Amino acid sequence: MNLTLKVWRQKNGQAPGHFETHQAKAVIEDMSFLEMLDVVNEGILDRGQEPIAFDSDCREGICGMCSLVINGIPHGGHQGTATCQLHMRHFKDGETITIEPWRAKAFPIVRDLVTNRGAFDRIIQAGGFVSVNTGGAPDGNALPVSKTVADTSMDAAACIGCGACVAACKNASAMLFVAAKASQLNLLPQGKAEKDRRALSMVEQMDAEGFGNCTVTGSCEAVCPKEISLDFITRLNRDFGIAAVKGR
Amino acid sequence: MTLDGKSPSGPLAAKWDKHKFDLKLVNPANKRKFEVLVVGSGLAGASAAASLAELGYKVKCFCFQDSPRRAHSIAAQGGINAAKNYPNDGDSVYRLFYDTIKGGDFRAREANVYRLAQVSGSIIDQCVAQGVPFAREYGGLLANRSFGGAQVSRTFYARGQTGQQLLLGAYQALSRQIGLGTVQMFPRTEMLDLVVIDGQAKGIVVRDLVTGEISSHAGDAVVLATGGYGNVFFLSTNAKGCNVTATWRAYKKGAFFANPCYTQIHPTCIPVSGEHQSKLTLMSESLRNDGRVWAPKRKEDCAQPVSSIPESERDYFLERKYPSFGNLAPRDISSRSAKEVCDEGRGVGPGGLGVYLDFADAIKRLGLNVVRERYGNLFDMYEKITGENAYERPMRIYPAVHYTMGGTWVDYNLMSTLPGLFVLGEANFSDHGANRLGASALMQGLADGYFVLPYTIGNYFASTKPVKAPTSHPEFKKVEENIRLFTTKLLSIKGKRTPTSLHRELGKLLWEKCGMARTEAGLKEALRRIPELRDEFWKNVNVTAENGELNQALEYAGRVADFMEFAELLCLDALQRRESCGGHFREEFQTPDGEARRDDENFSFVAAWEYQGSDKAPVMHQEPLVYEEVHMSTRSYK
Ligand SMILES: Cc1cc2nc3c(=O)[nH]c(=O)nc-3n(C[C@H](O)[C@H](O)[C@H](O)COP(=O)(O)OP(=O)(O)OC[C@H]3O[C@@H](n4cnc5c(N)ncnc54)[C@H](O)[C@@H]3O)c2cc1C
Repeated sequence: MNLTLKVWRQKNGQAPGHFETHQAKAVIEDMSFLEMLDVVNEGILDRGQEPIAFDSDCREGICGMCSLVINGIPHGGHQGTATCQLHMRHFKDGETITIEPWRAKAFPIVRDLVTNRGAFDRIIQAGGFVSVNTGGAPDGNALPVSKTVADTSMDAAACIGCGACVAACKNASAMLFVAAKASQLNLLPQGKAEKDRRALSMVEQMDAEGFGNCTVTGSCEAVCPKEISLDFITRLNRDFGIAAVKGR
Repeated sequence: MTLDGKSPSGPLAAKWDKHKFDLKLVNPANKRKFEVLVVGSGLAGASAAASLAELGYKVKCFCFQDSPRRAHSIAAQGGINAAKNYPNDGDSVYRLFYDTIKGGDFRAREANVYRLAQVSGSIIDQCVAQGVPFAREYGGLLANRSFGGAQVSRTFYARGQTGQQLLLGAYQALSRQIGLGTVQMFPRTEMLDLVVIDGQAKGIVVRDLVTGEISSHAGDAVVLATGGYGNVFFLSTNAKGCNVTATWRAYKKGAFFANPCYTQIHPTCIPVSGEHQSKLTLMSESLRNDGRVWAPKRKEDCAQPVSSIPESERDYFLERKYPSFGNLAPRDISSRSAKEVCDEGRGVGPGGLGVYLDFADAIKRLGLNVVRERYGNLFDMYEKITGENAYERPMRIYPAVHYTMGGTWVDYNLMSTLPGLFVLGEANFSDHGANRLGASALMQGLADGYFVLPYTIGNYFASTKPVKAPTSHPEFKKVEENIRLFTTKLLSIKGKRTPTSLHRELGKLLWEKCGMARTEAGLKEALRRIPELRDEFWKNVNVTAENGELNQALEYAGRVADFMEFAELLCLDALQRRESCGGHFREEFQTPDGEARRDDENFSFVAAWEYQGSDKAPVMHQEPLVYEEVHMSTRSYK
């Protein structure tokens, strides 16, 4: 199939950006979206021009590096699918596809479709961990964890930190990301000791990074490639409320 | 020169304890005077950086992704081994040790492998304490499953995302230290060279991938945890960014490179769909617990729908050839069997390069829900990529390059031949011999980072008192200048071929001549063609744009340039090893029924290569493999 791409180009964070049109010719159904872009980039290089910059690494939907807004929807709008796992069989011959970077104040553009998601790392640094040093941990089976709790914790832990939730939100809120990590750890007995502190510090850092407020519209859940549930936001709101009442 | 692996003396089971006691210590107040540069933030790098910082060392950590959480370890699916014996099925430290050394076809260092098995239990404890949500039974205790090459269930897992969860555990420990200011993190930063002063590793030169700036970092020790080199084959299950640059450039500075020919081909990957293919996707080995591998007995059936092929016309070739391990035969053996079937013309799918992995029996036996619970995310992934529903028809699978057992040579302390340069995780050669068993790489990466390096690096500082060399030292300036020249050169060629097309050509050549089966003639041909291709690269590569900005083509071209050199060493090593062992199969050396024929008399050594300059052949050194405890048997999984 042949496609027309309208791609966001921007040399760096300071330069103004614009849409550029490219033709993607002889695209095969079995190609992934990123493989289609690879082929377009090969053509651009052959013409001596600058290839389109985009992030990707594992190409298996787990590293969270890829981050494209495709036709207005982060990751392209196929349930539970990251950009790298989106395949061209979902597109039609002759279609025009718009490709943009994540758009959020807290994720400044680095170049073209590449953004800086360092804010997510700083939120984890603020409290997204259990404070245990290496060595001295008790036997793994010393503390039984009910299967239901472990499974729910794993549901939250599945987050790949891609930032689609932020990109989809009209307020660019990072609540789903923060809630997933806080819930994973707050649910487990190993994380309970720091539950209050964690909820407060992570939310505080989130606010400091310039993410917007959560009004629970659910757009984040809809685009999440790991289908992280909005329930975790409720959970974090509760954990945060309790912690705030108790004070630090 | 005969290399000394520095295995401690004494009985095998007591070596590590004795060694830990013999190691010199750095007093807590002095630790902060030592600065460690950790390159890599995968399981090995993140666990090392966090643990060293917790001890009080000053740490800098580097990775080329935009966040340390995205290292390639994140993609590991199946699980991590540990000799906990929770299922009460006869496991022990000794059995894990024995399985690993046997799985490696008796080409690994005995003392290292024993230590790995010994610390395996602590890894699970550590990860549980960090909040890694491992799978659990209804009683609340940890669940286990079995993996290839083992007859006990010792694999711990977190759905099909074990690597992700373990890496996030280590990343969170690392993040905590970054937050405390004990680790300085440099994402989107690529190490391009090692700086060696007076024979000691003293620092690195890096490129800031966003600004293009070349700069230096000085340290008292350098730790490379930069992963494997599987992408030399272009197509592999590795992430796109995986490369050999860090260890290759360290090799060119004097760190010997060991056993590059030991590469692992994984039997269960999604087959190639076309020329555009940018990488291959693994279907976790755990699928072989319940899936049955087969191909049609008759060529004529290959193009027929599965439902029309009666049971009697299906060849469950692994179960037939290896009745006691069946579908769980080790990876090298399973891969080769699939290749044989396809070579006989009995392969299925496009180009006849595939065999079936069938869950129909498992669904009948366990029910759809149990199968979905165990493997749901893998079935989803398969459907996304192929558009086929594996609950209704068997998956098609084919072997693909997956893991590299070779790597920088290190001694028992994980130190390379360059004092002060330590190498961890997949980047070193240490524990898997000629073939790695499933679920053992995660174990090794975390063992190295959490439980080995934190002990051995202290001994280096305490016994060597390394001299300080700041980045103003002329050697740093010289190395920086060389890197600038290298970058300028890549940008100035402005040829006709993209880095991808050259890399793809190299990969095809290696896959054909140095892949699942190797011959003397094929290797010699590869050795003739690689230098030609390298010439072509340096005359005709096309990299556009500039250095002073994010330039992904430039980053990639630099990595391909290193692959072009490294591929030659890989083939040279494969040519020298006139035996078949583990992942290295030389067609000339096989038993009458097609199994690998090892030659213990002449080849039970580690081949460690020393760089001699760009115009001279490298020199091979040997580390003899001495087995004090195990008897080197012929591997049999029949
Ligand atoms: C698809 C897949 C599934 C797997 N499943 C399993 C499994 O179930 N069980 C198991 O035990 N093993 C599994 N493995 C193998 C295992 O995942 C890897 O061997 C292991 O994770 C490697 O960890 P590492 O820390 O050594 O390196 P990596 O995780 O590869 O990390 C390398 C790090 O080095 C950095 N780096 C590299 N070069 C440079 C440079 N020049 N400058 C700066 N930084 C650099 C990278 O940014 C990264 O942070 C799997 C592998 C694959 C590909």
